Amino acid sequence: MNAIRLVAVFAENKPGQTARVTRILADARVNIRWTTIANSGSFGVLKFLVDNCDLACQRLREKGLMVSTLRALAVEVPDIPGTLNAVAESLAAEQINLDNTSGFVANNKAILIIETHDLERAKAVLEQKGWRVLSEPELLNI
Amino acid sequence: MFWDPDYETIDRSELERIQLERLQQTVRRVATRVPFYKQKLAEAGVTPDDIRSLNDLRRLPFTTNADLRDNYPNGLLAVDLDNVVRLHTSSGTTGKPKAIFFSAGDINRAADLIARCFIMTGVRKGDVFQNMMTYGLFTGALVMHYGAEKVGCLVIPAGPGNSERQLLLMRDFRTTVIHLTPSYALYFAGFLGKNGVDPKRDLALRRAFVGAEPHTEETRRKIQESLGIEVYNSYGLSEMNGPGVAFECIHKTGMHLWEDHYLMEIVDPQTGEPLPEGATGELVLTTLTREAMPLLRYRTRDVTSVIPGKCPCGRTHRRINRITGRTDDMLIVRGVNIYPQQIERVLMSMPSLGHNYLITLSGLDEMTVKVELAETAFDGSVEHLVQLQNQIVEKLRAEILVKPKVELVQSGTLPVSEGKAKRVVDQRVL
Repeated sequence: MNAIRLVAVFAENKPGQTARVTRILADARVNIRWTTIANSGSFGVLKFLVDNCDLACQRLREKGLMVSTLRALAVEVPDIPGTLNAVAESLAAEQINLDNTSGFVANNKAILIIETHDLERAKAVLEQKGWRVLSEPELLNI
Repeated sequence: MFWDPDYETIDRSELERIQLERLQQTVRRVATRVPFYKQKLAEAGVTPDDIRSLNDLRRLPFTTNADLRDNYPNGLLAVDLDNVVRLHTSSGTTGKPKAIFFSAGDINRAADLIARCFIMTGVRKGDVFQNMMTYGLFTGALVMHYGAEKVGCLVIPAGPGNSERQLLLMRDFRTTVIHLTPSYALYFAGFLGKNGVDPKRDLALRRAFVGAEPHTEETRRKIQESLGIEVYNSYGLSEMNGPGVAFECIHKTGMHLWEDHYLMEIVDPQTGEPLPEGATGELVLTTLTREAMPLLRYRTRDVTSVIPGKCPCGRTHRRINRITGRTDDMLIVRGVNIYPQQIERVLMSMPSLGHNYLITLSGLDEMTVKVELAETAFDGSVEHLVQLQNQIVEKLRAEILVKPKVELVQSGTLPVSEGKAKRVVDQRVL
């Protein structure tokens, strides 16, 4: 199963929290390749794709932070109009719900990071359509 | 097994005879030796000779917290200072402290009551007792210390805090009994977990005595489960010699209050009128054997009720329920009376939540409850946290009838106290 791991960190929604978390990663020489921060009122969850997931989790936990790892799919898709729609349509056709999704373009490659409750089925659908689901090392080497 | 079988299982009628005799002696002593009481009794129109039955107790004046402060430092002494061997002050948070004096006999009697409590929960000579309560002016640690020595325990006067050292002592000396506040017990359980210590496997702990802070049955359950030990509730207050006023036996159905040393009443906190047995109200205590500083009808401000009926342990001293609040802890938010313990009960019943919480009142009657997440409750999903937050709000609203704001915080971030936990911060500008 080619799922990638994302590091999720709980943080209170107040100034300095992101700085605190990222300082720990910086000190550990962990490289952040992708990030999102989702806030909900008094708290938020920071998510990272990093080059060394185990080390990142270990250091964050040592500093007393609440950490969890999430599994997600990284899909390489053509960087042309209509691609996201095609992905969404194909998953919708199988009744697969997208939880958190984000995308970026790097080195002329378009990458979607997809979190869903149904990773296995989503992966099968995407590969059947001819899109490549990247492993964590593949994604990190883009 | 009993420490003092004759007195612990005493016939109620014989107990009442002793109570009356001791009450009469106490009233006579304070009427002659303590000017404050002399005046109070005169104002109430009562003389020592008027106390002919226990029912006459209600004719006596109350003693309040404020009376103790007003008579600071030694206005309430009933013996010469030469005959006082110990001074404690109560953990008052504002203003002048309350001075509590002990004669040698007072210390001996307080220790004897602690010995009853220890034996009642199964502690024996040979047990190793690690006292994790604050030593010093606070009565909590020293009175227990003396009682534990009386039983023949090996006493480790560790004091609170420094969890690494607590663990070291516990491991090296095979501690079997600990005494600490419930908030520190919860913190310490978390500390053990973080350090990979399984108390059942790595330690010899069997029992904990928790006191000095009102707490709930849910809190007891959490401490028992996380430390794998039996937890017994302890009740006392500095004004009444500290811990050992009332204590649970192995049946854990309320705390036996030692009625040969303390006369108890439950009164309506507003009117001061005695309430019928079983009703919930303010506990009022009269010392029956105290030499240095006898107190008549002291308003403890602790809210509880007397549990009717006999305890299977055979002790005839009546039991009181766990303290459900303090009359001066009660919060009034948007016109609703709320005890912090109601909030604690809700929070502690939810496995996704940790052990620590803080209630903040601000602005115009806004209540915010900050609560720590349990380590295991975070799965990286914002949605799940939002659901949990809403669930807490709903449960709290059902319990306290006021809708609070709930903020989830990371475990280990709320202040942990080593003495009494501060659970309420009132910043209201009204």
